[in-house]
Amino acid sequence: MTIVLFILPALVLFMLLVLAPIALAAYSSFFKWNGFGLFPTNFIGLDNFTRLLEDEVFLGDLWRGLLLIIFSLVIQLPLALAIALLLNQKMRGRAFYRLLFFMPYVLSEVITAVLFTMILSPERGLANELLAFVGLESLESTFLSEPSTVMYSLMIVMTWKYFGFHMILYLAGRQSIPNELTEAAQIDGATPWRVFWHVTLPLLGPTIRITIFLSVIGTIQLFDLVYVLTGGGPVHASETMGVTMYEFGFKRFQVGYASAISVVMFLLSLVFAIGYQRFVMRRDTEGAITNMRAKR
Amino acid sequence: MSLTRRGVVTLAATALLLAGCGSSGEETPAPGGSAAAQEKVTVEWWHIQNIEPMQPVWEAMAKEYMAANPNVTINITALENEAFKAKMTTVAQSGESPDIYQTWGGGVLQQQADAGIAKDITADIASWADTITPAAAAAYKLNGKTYGVPYDIGMVGFWYNKALFAKAGITAPPATWTEFIDDVKKLQAAGITPLSLAGKAKWPGHYYWAYLAMRIAGLDALKQAAAAKSFDNPDFIAAGQKLKELADLKPFQNGFLGANYDTPDGQAATMGNGKAAMELMGQWAPTVQKDTAKDLGEDLAFFPFPMVEGGKGSATDAFGGGGGFAVGADAPPAATDFLKFILSAENHRKEIATGALLPVIKGTEDAVTSRTGKMVADTLAQATDFQLYLDQAYPPAVGQQVNDSVAELIAGTKSPEEVVKAITETAQSE
Repeated sequence: MTIVLFILPALVLFMLLVLAPIALAAYSSFFKWNGFGLFPTNFIGLDNFTRLLEDEVFLGDLWRGLLLIIFSLVIQLPLALAIALLLNQKMRGRAFYRLLFFMPYVLSEVITAVLFTMILSPERGLANELLAFVGLESLESTFLSEPSTVMYSLMIVMTWKYFGFHMILYLAGRQSIPNELTEAAQIDGATPWRVFWHVTLPLLGPTIRITIFLSVIGTIQLFDLVYVLTGGGPVHASETMGVTMYEFGFKRFQVGYASAISVVMFLLSLVFAIGYQRFVMRRDTEGAITNMRAKR
Repeated sequence: MSLTRRGVVTLAATALLLAGCGSSGEETPAPGGSAAAQEKVTVEWWHIQNIEPMQPVWEAMAKEYMAANPNVTINITALENEAFKAKMTTVAQSGESPDIYQTWGGGVLQQQADAGIAKDITADIASWADTITPAAAAAYKLNGKTYGVPYDIGMVGFWYNKALFAKAGITAPPATWTEFIDDVKKLQAAGITPLSLAGKAKWPGHYYWAYLAMRIAGLDALKQAAAAKSFDNPDFIAAGQKLKELADLKPFQNGFLGANYDTPDGQAATMGNGKAAMELMGQWAPTVQKDTAKDLGEDLAFFPFPMVEGGKGSATDAFGGGGGFAVGADAPPAATDFLKFILSAENHRKEIATGALLPVIKGTEDAVTSRTGKMVADTLAQATDFQLYLDQAYPPAVGQQVNDSVAELIAGTKSPEEVVKAITETAQSE
């Protein structure tokens, strides 16, 4: 009884602010609705979803989302890991470097995006000026203004913004590995590479699995950085599901269709989250649960 | 069990306390006995003139009005254009609206009227409706009812840099599309970027297609297409082909696809810095050039969009829009009274004198003092017919589709036929 009373406020807030909007979005995704009035009335069944499958912009969003996920997993996370391990060595100014690399993550997405629209500006941007200064005029580019280069530019900005976050997680994970283990391996004559491959990496496993999880979910829901940086352009070349949803919901007033996009985003995230936790992170979470049981 | 009982007592005590606070807060002593006649009203006013020179002018007028009408409080929310649209969307979807808010008329206002958010003010403004110039008022009259009043009117045309034209050996602005294309080539031959365009913003690009459609197909064809929900007309395809012909010359600044309109490296700044010879833009162009770059001064001039040989439209048909105010469904009568106040001839002259607005009230035309403002006002005065921006005239989804498809046409990823097809499909799905 007491427990119910204590949970009640949080439960009411959770229902009101999390479950109700999800339910409302799912409900309105079956309607053709311009968003006016309290509830939609024009029921059209699954039409919004079949339209999604024919919408080349939305299909492009899926493809670009996949590209960004692959990029995050193949480049961004290994880079963060490498830097984390470097910063775990004893060196001068270590704390300063850690702070420096973590700083971009503290900046808001909008500020980051505005900053990079200036840096990557074709005519007056810092990037092109720097390239010219070191004699690499041939590498000068219009970066965000060209459909063929915009995705690479976006990936650079994403890496700059988020690698510090993963780096901190890896650093924390690395520091919880007892020194005895690496020392023992070294005494047994293991090279640094073998120590990394057979001791550090396996013991970082739980951390790596959680960063992959966060990275994928974050990429599926990517919106603000892209919206301010490129608006999804030029000609949809950097559009994500979040941007497409915003365009339809807030500019075209097709709230039913935008809801359908949000439902797909939600389902993709949900299926991934459940599947990943069930099959990949199973051991990690299981450990936590058995510990709790043991304590009881 | 005892804990639960104590919990209940505490809850009850808290509720009593809260209730006590609530009732004591509501008691506002009414000054004087004429409480009924002088009932206090609050007017929420959302406008988008959030920067100099207009923002302080309207703030002063609101204060003046409140001083004369002590029972009225006017709450001003001055928002940036895009921020206003986003905020308006959110409150509109909750079924509420500010008492006075920015509108551009056309399809968006129609949607708000249909949803019961905008008020039919035909009767409220009847006493002073005829002081407004008909061309300016047209965008806010929907199916014979008035849903808003204008405070600004203008048109889109080419702003050009006379010094750069002279450098390329061009003596007079082009009057026909052929001459225009020739001039673009001449400018390129002289090493000058002919046109500045904000590809990221999309709406500036739609001006080209809309004007070409007006010149080739004519104004009636555009209106019929919207009504019949079909743009499947060879004239609209021809408009796209002309635009493609222009885009194929690569006349825009480097990296235009990623350029915004009013950022430090955007369309207006490129023009203001003398890095491009022309931009197709509305009456506000000189102000924005000055804000984001520098004032071109005497070098800046205006010419209307050229005629297209063999086209059905007249070269004097104007395209553009202004700004206006709609009134919320539940607004007090003071809202329309305040609109009457800020649009009185005397106050409108003050607004025009800032150089940011052009006259919508009859007899205030002589208040236009800026050189560039006069250029637009004079061209507008000779206009034979008027077309509102397509992304405002049409329902939002269709308008945005026009912007989107034309952007793709300019970027070279869609053909003129595909543009017409995409717009038609969106129109039919509405």
